[in-house]
Amino acid sequence: MMLLQVASQAHPLSGTVAEWVWLLPVLPLLGFVINGGLALLGLRANGDARPAAGRHTYAGIVSVVGPLVLVLSFALAVAIFGAMRGAHMEAPFIRNYFDWMPVGDLQIGAALQLDQLAMVMVLVITGIGMLIHIFSVGYMRDDPGYPRYFAYLNLFVFFMLVLVLGANYPVLFVGWEGVGLCSYLLIGFWFSDKVNADAGKKAFIVNRIGDFGFLIAMFLLFAHVGVLDFRGVEAAAPSLAFGGWLVTAICLFMFLGCAGKSAQIPLYVWLPDAMAGPTPVSALIHAATMVTAGVYLVARSAFLFSMAPVAGLVVALIGGLTAIFAATIGLKQWDIKKVLAYSTVSQLGYMFIGVGVGAYTAGIFHLVTHAFFKGLLFLGAGSVIYAMHAAYHHTHRHEDAQDMRNMGGMRRFMPLTWVLMWIATLAIAGIPPFSGFFSKDEVLAAAFTRAGQSTLADAYLFGVPGGTVLYLVYVLGLASALLTAIYMTRMMLYTFHGSNRTGEGEQQHLREAPWVMTGPLVALGVGSAFAGWLNLPAILPLGPRHTLDHWLEPVVGAPTALTAQATAGGGEHSAGMEITLILIAILVAVGGIVYAFARLKPERLVPKADSPEDEGFGLVLANKYYVDEVYDAAFVTPTYQLSRIFLWKGVDTGLIDGLMVNGTSALARGLGWVGSRLQTGATGTYAWVLVAGVLAVLGAVTLR
Amino acid sequence: MLAESLAISAVLFTIGVVGVLIRRNAIIIFMCVELMLNAVNLSFVAFSRYYGAEGQVFVLLVMTVAAAEAAVGLAIIISIFRHRQTVNLQNINLLKG
Amino acid sequence: MREFLLSVGYDAWVLPALLIIPVAGALLLLLSGSRSAREPDADQGNHSARMIAFGVLVLEFLVSLGLWWSFDPASGAWQAPVDSAWIPMWGIRFTLGIDGIALMMILLTTFIMPLCVLGSWTSVTTKVATYFALMLILTSGMLGVFMARDMFLFYVMWEVMLIPMYFIIGIWGGERRIYASIKFFIYTMLPSLLMLVAILYLGIKAGDPATGTPNFSYDNLVANPTLAPAAALWLFGAFFAAFAVKVPMFPFHTWLPDAHVEAPTAGSVILASIMLKMGTFGFLRFALPLFPGAAMHPTVRGVIVTLSVIGIIYGALVAMVQPDFKKLVAYSSVSHLGFVMLGIFALTLQSVQGALMIMISHGISTGALFFLVGIIYERRHSRLIDSYGGIARVVPVFAVLLTLVSLSSIGLPGLNGFIGEFLVLVGSFKPYPVATTLAATGVVFAAAYLLWAIQRILFNPLDKPENESIPDLNWREVALMTPLVVVIIWLGVYPAPVLRRMETAAQALVTQVEKGAGLPASAPGPRIAVRAGAAR
Repeated sequence: MMLLQVASQAHPLSGTVAEWVWLLPVLPLLGFVINGGLALLGLRANGDARPAAGRHTYAGIVSVVGPLVLVLSFALAVAIFGAMRGAHMEAPFIRNYFDWMPVGDLQIGAALQLDQLAMVMVLVITGIGMLIHIFSVGYMRDDPGYPRYFAYLNLFVFFMLVLVLGANYPVLFVGWEGVGLCSYLLIGFWFSDKVNADAGKKAFIVNRIGDFGFLIAMFLLFAHVGVLDFRGVEAAAPSLAFGGWLVTAICLFMFLGCAGKSAQIPLYVWLPDAMAGPTPVSALIHAATMVTAGVYLVARSAFLFSMAPVAGLVVALIGGLTAIFAATIGLKQWDIKKVLAYSTVSQLGYMFIGVGVGAYTAGIFHLVTHAFFKGLLFLGAGSVIYAMHAAYHHTHRHEDAQDMRNMGGMRRFMPLTWVLMWIATLAIAGIPPFSGFFSKDEVLAAAFTRAGQSTLADAYLFGVPGGTVLYLVYVLGLASALLTAIYMTRMMLYTFHGSNRTGEGEQQHLREAPWVMTGPLVALGVGSAFAGWLNLPAILPLGPRHTLDHWLEPVVGAPTALTAQATAGGGEHSAGMEITLILIAILVAVGGIVYAFARLKPERLVPKADSPEDEGFGLVLANKYYVDEVYDAAFVTPTYQLSRIFLWKGVDTGLIDGLMVNGTSALARGLGWVGSRLQTGATGTYAWVLVAGVLAVLGAVTLR
Repeated sequence: MLAESLAISAVLFTIGVVGVLIRRNAIIIFMCVELMLNAVNLSFVAFSRYYGAEGQVFVLLVMTVAAAEAAVGLAIIISIFRHRQTVNLQNINLLKG
Repeated sequence: MREFLLSVGYDAWVLPALLIIPVAGALLLLLSGSRSAREPDADQGNHSARMIAFGVLVLEFLVSLGLWWSFDPASGAWQAPVDSAWIPMWGIRFTLGIDGIALMMILLTTFIMPLCVLGSWTSVTTKVATYFALMLILTSGMLGVFMARDMFLFYVMWEVMLIPMYFIIGIWGGERRIYASIKFFIYTMLPSLLMLVAILYLGIKAGDPATGTPNFSYDNLVANPTLAPAAALWLFGAFFAAFAVKVPMFPFHTWLPDAHVEAPTAGSVILASIMLKMGTFGFLRFALPLFPGAAMHPTVRGVIVTLSVIGIIYGALVAMVQPDFKKLVAYSSVSHLGFVMLGIFALTLQSVQGALMIMISHGISTGALFFLVGIIYERRHSRLIDSYGGIARVVPVFAVLLTLVSLSSIGLPGLNGFIGEFLVLVGSFKPYPVATTLAATGVVFAAAYLLWAIQRILFNPLDKPENESIPDLNWREVALMTPLVVVIIWLGVYPAPVLRRMETAAQALVTQVEKGAGLPASAPGPRIAVRAGAAR
């Protein structure tokens, strides 16, 4: 009854600018249509079908349309944000545009849902997306596939917005798979290289494995709860058995989907390969937005995960393991983008620790700060690669423009990038007052606190008490923080410090990127430095505290409180404990940086071509623990060979078609052949047989 | 009277059968078939003396069929001879399976 | 629109007209063909044959399109019914009528057929008039199957459909066309004869005991089931054989790869888009409603569901390793149709609706895939995946289309393939959680085989010199693909109008079969009461 009354009341956002929420995704879709059309038109304009080398005919229009739709989208998002700030909304703002799949009691509408959580994501996607679009204008303008690139990028933003704005799981799934598609297309953007095409395909298929889990979770929901829209599931969730098999299974299957999309163990393998795409793509899709969709999904489904403590433990444990696993690999990578890729996997692990232990705000907070500093790191790396490419292009040498052994001393050529990259590095390493410090600290503090008292601590994972698991997760997180500081400092040292190893001739051509690329870097730098102010801890008297906590309270407040077994806003742990945790975190981060400065000697590096192979455990790390090889040997090759040799050649061609189908026809033909042996063709024989037959019949009749 | 007629008919028929079985020449075999038909005709005529005229009707029918058969059969034999320069049935075994 | 159509008596004449127009067109073609064959300028004659066939089939499509509006989605009765005596002595009547299921199948058929003419425009150069005449007769046969409400009429149409396809494969096919066409013919004919026996048994059993006149009326058979359970099981077996081969269900599928590979492009398209649906349509229209007890017998149902799931995974795995793209698509059909069978035998409203959606969208997507294979085959004369590589640079429009159609076949949400797969799985999960979970792995394998294939065709380095000068799509081919692409996107984004038109029929089927089999009516999902306190 109350629900009906609430629903019948006008929503505080009705009639405001929020009614235009549909335009948020539609604008980038429009950009996709225009840019895609230009890409196809360009083929016609070039006379024959081959794209000409060099700048595209319509590069000018594309440079305007591509970023403009994002600027408009961002402006609209800000306007809607303004309306939301004034509205004090408790329930989400839902608009159903048309029926999508109306089948009996399964009624799925093409509906969008705007709430505080979605708004955070929308601002991140459109804001950072806009900066990366602008950066792309500089980075990609001379590529022959420039309109195609922007078409994909716009399409990606469209799907990403559908993902975060969808009002039910199937609509979210449209965005979920859609961003996967764009990721596939953009990783394989330079598809003429087999490596790139392979990487795109791998990303899509590994994601599909995760999507399988997501689908099963939806089926379970429909079969046992009967609805698939967030509001309906949220209303029904409290009446499910707490910690029962059903809600645990739903959450675990859903987390399989998250592991695929957000590159967690065991499905993280696609993300490092995904670096084959253009660098802005890595920044936007494979660092800032798409890969965080899994975190978003867990936060969005907080009402389910808070009911399933075992699932929460699994999420946190996988997050912790992924964090440290990827961080160790990051220690030994030479490709600057690979370092950042493993760093992303590792940081996503942190986010899952956050949402896994039921500190949804902390997870989302780290998502936001990570979007800033990781976006900045990737774009900065992009700037460096751009400069390296240009230098090698001038001297016509074909060296690896992404290998750190070929860089060194870049701060002399790119001082602005150098400064900004250091800001981002300090942020990711967790040095106060940069943004990453606050979010990472919040995640780790949450894990530590929940280990003491929460529904998770009371649960058991394979017989191990949840508290123990969470303390382990905390230690893993802390250790990863140390490694993060080390490998990021290593990357900075090798790239920007020491002497330059690019080559004599090349050095003259290394220079800072144009303003269209550095502008977005500066904006992201500001974000990386100050995004921590979004959610200051209570003990720091620096300004408004817990802003994000209060903002997200209507969405994740109740589940958070349920997990923490405390009333929202109540004291979680003592101030002394909090300060101790913060000091430990700072100590670890500073220790990592100091260690890296002390141990690593960029002067000793030689260019890639002259470098020796790694040895011992270093070799294992450099080869990423041989996980790809193990997967190949354990899954890919057996499946292929089983299909080819056993199923196709054996069962299909051999058994079914050969033995049964053609066997039947061979049997018929064989019988016919036996019969035909009786046909001598000689009339005389027939006559003798005839007479013998007549005599036999006559005799039989007579003698009877 | 009937017994004698049937005996002659049987003898004639047997000659025909044996001829069909042992001879190789298509024309002679053909003649033997005619002989068998006429043996049957003889029995029909003999029976018709005792059992009414239906037998004679059958004889006329058989003679008509035999005439038609002779026309077609001889034509086929001639055509075979044109193709293969022989009417020996041992050389004609296209139906061999 | 509906009022206008009804005011011209559209309902009364549309179904017979749809059957007659193609036959009349075929006669016209044969007459003009025999005349033009004598003329020295054969090209001219071929061209006019193409134009006639295209014109007739476009007219057919336009006539059938009225059904979209004249159809009343809420009504459970047969629509546009026709009933007249045909062979009164044996109680055979000429009875036509459609429900929502038949409506969509008819529209799918009339939509695909004109495109098939466009797709054979240049690839068929010999005996052109005969070829198109056969295609027109085939159209009538297929439409007749969907419309028939008399068992005997249905059987006649079922066989009418078979023969033109036999000639199309056997005369205009590839190298092993004789083997493929005979295999196709015998494989599908043999179980059809079993079905004929079953139909005769049914008709005689239902006949008037006083006069001994059989009664082949479908409605009567469904309304008055008189069969003993054992007899029903045997008869169901006969129908099952005929339909399972047509679907094709694992392990009765091996005629399909051969037929697909050897058939000319339009033949493959018709086979995949429409004729495979005859099997699943047969289950929905005949096998289940006539023998609900036998079909829903736990063992029978279990076996069929198991075979469906095997078909899904097996088809996908075998498709993955095919060197020949047409064979790959053929095996992918085995996989897709496995989903349809799973949906039909799970027998919930969602799963049946999903099965119907897959039938439609598989028709569109796989048809489009075969057209694309045909287009590239005309240029390079190779269907082997390995003879391509990197051609996206040479034929970008082709690449865009192939990628889009493949994605729709993979079941990317937002395109048509997803709707059906999702509905089937979501509907089947409740009765068959394990089977559905296994079936859902099919989505992973589907991505694997198609993406791998398009990578090897479109992407990778352009390393074969003979691929460097392939021309891109011409305007005829763009015109051929455009309607398919539009429908692919439309059905993915806004399938509700289609689903609504089929819902009454699907619900009626589920209810009738559940009632006939004595199953408990599937209650709507367990809605947990939304408590006031739970909502924030």
